[in-house]
Amino acid sequence: MKSGSRLEKVLTAGEFAVTAELGPPQNADPEAIKKKAQYCLGNVEGANITDNQTAIVRMSSIAAAAIALSCGVEPVVQMVCRDRNRIAMQSDILGAAALGVKNLLCLSGDHQKFGNHPQAANVFDIDSVQLIAMVKRMRDDKQFLSGDEIKEHEPRLFIGAVENPFADPFEYRVLRLGKKVEAGADFIQTQCVFDVEKFARWMDMVVAEGLHEKVYIMAGLTPVRSHKALEYMKTEVAGMSIPDELIKRMQAVEDKEAKKEEGIKICLEMIEQVRKIKGVAGIHLMPIGWESITPVILERAGLLPRPEV
Amino acid sequence: MIVADRKPIEEILNSIKEYDKIMLAGCGGCVTICFSGGAKAVELLASQIKMARKKQGRAIEIIECTPERQCEYEFIDQLKDDLKSVDAVLSIACGVGVQAMSERHPDTITIPGLNTKFMGYPIEHALWDERCAGCGDCVLEWTGGVCPIARCAKKLLNGPCGGSANGKCEVDKDVDCAWQLIYDRLKKLGRLDNLKQVRQPKDWRTSTNAGQRKTKFEEAML
Ligand code: SF4
Ligand code: SF4
Repeated sequence: MKSGSRLEKVLTAGEFAVTAELGPPQNADPEAIKKKAQYCLGNVEGANITDNQTAIVRMSSIAAAAIALSCGVEPVVQMVCRDRNRIAMQSDILGAAALGVKNLLCLSGDHQKFGNHPQAANVFDIDSVQLIAMVKRMRDDKQFLSGDEIKEHEPRLFIGAVENPFADPFEYRVLRLGKKVEAGADFIQTQCVFDVEKFARWMDMVVAEGLHEKVYIMAGLTPVRSHKALEYMKTEVAGMSIPDELIKRMQAVEDKEAKKEEGIKICLEMIEQVRKIKGVAGIHLMPIGWESITPVILERAGLLPRPEV
Repeated sequence: MIVADRKPIEEILNSIKEYDKIMLAGCGGCVTICFSGGAKAVELLASQIKMARKKQGRAIEIIECTPERQCEYEFIDQLKDDLKSVDAVLSIACGVGVQAMSERHPDTITIPGLNTKFMGYPIEHALWDERCAGCGDCVLEWTGGVCPIARCAKKLLNGPCGGSANGKCEVDKDVDCAWQLIYDRLKKLGRLDNLKQVRQPKDWRTSTNAGQRKTKFEEAML
């Protein structure tokens, strides 16, 4: 075992794994984490604790992860390259591991332009691929990025990365995934899949390269409650692919409650579809602002109870 | 070349409000080419300032000049005598020129009239694009001649990020994604292999992180 995390155990056991997103609050309230943790407890392998997502200041992902841990929920700590240099990142990696964190997801991070401090200087001292390699080096070679030795208690982390099958250049996306695998990624969570057909094409290429045998790929899924959310993602979020039929389907439903139900149904259908795609090892649920729906969806998808490992 | 924009006229007027006689110094180098600081810009700005000051009821006298390059002592030393008679210099050279002027003529205050922005070149008439951030360790050899430091909003060496769409950068839909360009160029050159390798973290010591940099050309040392 690289980390001994539950996520690692489930994936290596060949079970279909589930993770879900848990966004920290824009304040210092631990109860906000504890409440959301309840939706995850026992239902997922790991809860992704986002790191100042969309560059909006929120409670530190490592602090929120410690609170999640105290509730019995295994965190997947996200770490972006936007806000910290290699010194601060390595320091936080040691700190996270010391607190009991066993999964770390490495990302470049959304540009600060999208957040609430667009005036901020960004860092990007290293990029996400280099961050993956750095964590692997700390874990496997017991070395800091400088080459200095970590004499004992190296951070044992299961290393995650993200990939967006819907961004450009499409043909290059698989090659770049290969780079992340080479750098040391153990699992991949993808950008939200709405365009299953395009995702399947991407997975075909992943399988053709044999990458599904080197890394666990989890399909990102986002349940939505309205067509507006879909329209917003389609026009405002770069690198998203949202089929028009989906928007129409949500639009066709009048009632608010019925819309929610339709959103859940779509998500369930997608779980069905991605499960059938070769090389998909699990799903990652991102119910943006709708965390309470996580257990409902998992129950109805037949993904509960989670396997014993 | 170095590209700079003129500061807003209100800011300029405010910065010279206490002076009655100034030298307005342009530069015959880069800023002449990008229209913000050449002889014509000097002429135009001088008349704008004079008009505004007249309206305010406090006329100002302006000595106009445009040395060949404001960033070389040789050219700004010639201004010495004229400088004796002015309260301040308003420089519309780049930040380098302003500093050369300040350093060479420390008894007179030099005020910047431009915002110096980047190193780049015109991609069409009157439109300049940034190309180099002077990182001190050039990687253009393997990127197909496209700079990921100056042109990618995240300075990625293993790009592109997940926000690259339709050839444009997620940060600004009017700006090309540097990594899409890198991919396209290398594909055309049959060098996509360049992108397979994981590129190591950059050593930023050669960049601005170690404080002011210097460079020496030994062979030409006197
Ligand atoms: S890699 Fe560095 S030196 Fe080369 S063009 Fe880019 S910023 Fe300039
Ligand atoms: S979209 Fe392209 S240029 Fe913009 S930050 Fe991402 S990789 Fe860099």
